[in-house]
Amino acid sequence: MTQMTQLQSAPMPSAATRLDFLPIAVFAAFAVAPFLASSSGAEGYVLSLLTRVMIFGLAAMSLDLILGYGAMVSFGHAAFFGIGAYAVGILASHGVEDAIIQVPVALAASALFAALTGAVSLRTKGVYFIMITLAFAQMLYFLASSLAAYGGDDGLTLPSRSLVAGSGFLDNDFALYGATLACLLGAYMVSRSIVGSRFGRVLRGTKENAIRMEAIGFQPFHFQLATYVISGMMAGLAGCLLANQAEFVSPAFMTWQRSGELIFMVVLGGLGSLHGAIIGAAAFILLEEFLPEIVHAATFFLNDDLRSRLTENWQMVFGPILILIVLFARGGIMGVLRRGSHG
Amino acid sequence: MNVTIKAFGLAAAVTLAAAPAMAQEKLKIGLLLTLSGPSAVLGQHARDGFQLAVKDLGGKLGGRDVEVVVVDDELKPDVAVTKVKGLLERDKVDFVVGPIFSNVAVAAHKPIVDSKTFYISVNAGPSNLAGKSCSPYFFATSYQNDQNHEVLGKVAQDRGYKKVYLLAPNYQAGKDALAGFKRHYKGEIVEESYVPLNTLDFQSELAKIASMQPDAIFTFMPGGMGVNLVKQYRGAGLADRIPFLSAFTVDETNLPAQQDAAIGMLSGSNWAPNMDNPQNKKFVAAYEAAYNAVPASYAMHAYDAALLIDSALKATGGKTEDKDALRAAIKKADFNSLRGDFKFGANGFPIQDFYLVKAAKRPDGKLETEVVEKVFDDYPDAYAKECAITN
Amino acid sequence: MTATFFFIQVLNGLQFGLILFLIAAGLTLVFGVMDFINLAHGVQYMVGAYLVAAFSAWTGSFGWGLLLALPSALAFGLLLEALIFRHLYDRDHLDQVLATFGVILFLNQAVKFVWGAAPLSVPMPEILSGSVEIMDGLLYPVYRLAIIGAGLLVAALLYVLVSHTRVGMLVRAGATNAPMVSALGVNIRRLFMIVFGFGAMLAGFAGAMVAPILSVQPGMGDNILILAFVVIVIGGIGSIRGAFLAALLIGLVDTLGRSFAPNLLRLVLDPSAASQTGRALAPMLIYIFMAAVLFFRPSGLFPAKR
Repeated sequence: MTQMTQLQSAPMPSAATRLDFLPIAVFAAFAVAPFLASSSGAEGYVLSLLTRVMIFGLAAMSLDLILGYGAMVSFGHAAFFGIGAYAVGILASHGVEDAIIQVPVALAASALFAALTGAVSLRTKGVYFIMITLAFAQMLYFLASSLAAYGGDDGLTLPSRSLVAGSGFLDNDFALYGATLACLLGAYMVSRSIVGSRFGRVLRGTKENAIRMEAIGFQPFHFQLATYVISGMMAGLAGCLLANQAEFVSPAFMTWQRSGELIFMVVLGGLGSLHGAIIGAAAFILLEEFLPEIVHAATFFLNDDLRSRLTENWQMVFGPILILIVLFARGGIMGVLRRGSHG
Repeated sequence: MNVTIKAFGLAAAVTLAAAPAMAQEKLKIGLLLTLSGPSAVLGQHARDGFQLAVKDLGGKLGGRDVEVVVVDDELKPDVAVTKVKGLLERDKVDFVVGPIFSNVAVAAHKPIVDSKTFYISVNAGPSNLAGKSCSPYFFATSYQNDQNHEVLGKVAQDRGYKKVYLLAPNYQAGKDALAGFKRHYKGEIVEESYVPLNTLDFQSELAKIASMQPDAIFTFMPGGMGVNLVKQYRGAGLADRIPFLSAFTVDETNLPAQQDAAIGMLSGSNWAPNMDNPQNKKFVAAYEAAYNAVPASYAMHAYDAALLIDSALKATGGKTEDKDALRAAIKKADFNSLRGDFKFGANGFPIQDFYLVKAAKRPDGKLETEVVEKVFDDYPDAYAKECAITN
Repeated sequence: MTATFFFIQVLNGLQFGLILFLIAAGLTLVFGVMDFINLAHGVQYMVGAYLVAAFSAWTGSFGWGLLLALPSALAFGLLLEALIFRHLYDRDHLDQVLATFGVILFLNQAVKFVWGAAPLSVPMPEILSGSVEIMDGLLYPVYRLAIIGAGLLVAALLYVLVSHTRVGMLVRAGATNAPMVSALGVNIRRLFMIVFGFGAMLAGFAGAMVAPILSVQPGMGDNILILAFVVIVIGGIGSIRGAFLAALLIGLVDTLGRSFAPNLLRLVLDPSAASQTGRALAPMLIYIFMAAVLFFRPSGLFPAKR
């Protein structure tokens, strides 16, 4: 955690508020959670749920890097999830079970896909960019569905979690949790330093006004493409982790609905703060997991039949929650916190 | 305040996780079913069938009070894995019953059997779980996926159809369906046509079928796809000229929407609502009274799953701790299945009879499938021999 | 087999394309004029289908059902506009996406809550339920020809409305520069409402028209929504002409691709490889097509002039 503190104590342009400690709080919460989990009596479940939160947090954060800082709305980010997951799954089914090989292959494949599709997609702007990234993700989805040798649409069960340099310690849920936390922290620090660098300022400048950036001698395209590739690699890493968490790989990881969910996590948390995306992912996944029970508990005054129907149709409650957040909580969760901390 | 929000969320997660674990004593059964999205109706039949059985057994299974925990897998395999871990570790269920879809079944298999919990499928029977990846903790009250398709392949062969046109959605279950059909059918296959999953308009395939003039078509189109195909097949005037063989396409979940268009179409099944045995008649009448719908086979499998658990627990005196004793009791399948003959093979899949069934209208105007003839007697699945479990 | 078969597939592609056009027309106008991404447009299609199912069952006739469903779809669209969408016009696209996704989640579950999860069926109107024999052994349902007719009629009507009326002129102007139109004293809020309600009704009409041939079920609008977005992006946002052309192209590419891709591949590959590749390729075709169009024309076929 010391590195974190140093990172955060770097001078920030805005006035220091209590919010500066938010990322530390988030990571501290993730670091402490396993100890609470073991006293809950269902540690495997709590760990697996929180591991999922961090995995989606990593993917959402990688999306925030291009979306919040570069204004590139990718509607196909789940494709990288799929690439990472399938790299693990396909290699494992050929007996290559070591993460030392799997992860670099996944990262390289993600980078290649990002470079190729990014080079084409970045020719377009706005909603055209949204749709062309969707198109590439859909192609990959249909490709994965047609891979009969790797389970096709049913997906593929991993024989076991990845080895790390020959050791099977990831089979322990705590170890996987720790590894995921390390990946998330590492990616967060990389992203933070990118955003804070000259490179990041050019990127943000491009978001504000691409023509001006060009006029003062930068090639926005190169900066955007580089960021797109980095973001894709991070999401690919999240895919490797997801495959290990679920011990399963499936085309369902890269449906367009999944890409949509990632966007929602980022918007829910608040754009352009990196840790906002992680908080958004946490809120989304915990709501998805517990809303049925919350609905059940909150409707104690209704009769049993109606109550069970409502619980089953919990998305009827989830939808309006999203709408209300957009209408009344501008800037997502981070927006609310910011307003709250300024009084 | 920012910290507190995060901490609150986490605390909520942990307490919600811990609270239900207090209540013990009751037998806990987790139902893992698809209850949202377009395919929710299949999960509803299974859930209703299971709960009807629990009600009929007086709220007890094997003499113990039962708590049924229903979770929705949303038809997302990775979501199912997390929900299953919740059932196993938070709710501490003694049995997991479900799911409907094979991709969910495959994903949920490892966490369930790794925790040495019994896993009873009420529909999905993917080939790997019947064969290479079979487990002593996995049982199915349904079938291996290929078997209903094999029924129709056998029928097509026996009836002497020379040319058959095959049509399926382009995904794994679709490919397995056609492979299952071909296991017993040796005639000419004029075309294996695959359409994208969730295709709703079949007009271009119908044009192809009309131009090729096969002796019959065989198809596997579950859910809304089946509704559309049947209506459009009838509309194109093909239904009276080219026999329509299908599996999971013309069943009680789709018949309310297919209506008269489906009448006379043939299907393969291990059961039909009109099967003539007292327990089945009682089940169908009670189900219709409670849920205002004719039960589909999903409901029957779930009802049988509850009877199976009941019978096994009676044999162990309500105890679930001795896994080997419980397994032996389950294996005996000492209950009166709604479908009649029922026993388990070594791989935990049933050895049962299969029938050719036909959609028909009952005197009260509701549609159901009815038995035409028995096609297979005590029929084991094709993958059982790949399973290494012996006993 | 060949010529008539090809003709029938073209007919099928046309019919699919026209349904897509009905949905895409509203979407492209709402997007073009109001700069508003409405993901909930697909559920308006679903709502149209459910409304016609409910009203047909109530009145016992599809005609009356359709007649009642259209104003209800319009009213429903206006209600959504007043309750939710109106507050989102000046937000950025992402807020709109999130809120309208919330509407999708809600309505998909709400129709299930009200009508149940099982698909509903809608009886075909008696006079249109016959078929004509176009080729040996295949009857082509008259109803599908009626859909083609209705689609073409709506397209013609829209053309007249957009290019020859005052409202149409404002819509075109709005698609090019909405603030300018507003500055010239036009009540832009009312224009937005008209465009929105009209778009919702068109989507509802599409849903109602397909109800007798497709099954009416929760979530039926989700996949068609993505296709409608593909259409308006290929056509160029805000362009009715572009949406029309792109919808027909997508309808034809998808239908013809599915039936002929394996055959064409057989010329270069051996049969089993051809059928396997064809199968994998067919569902990707429209996306490949879209990527190709956007590669050469990054703003679609008929970009709005700005």
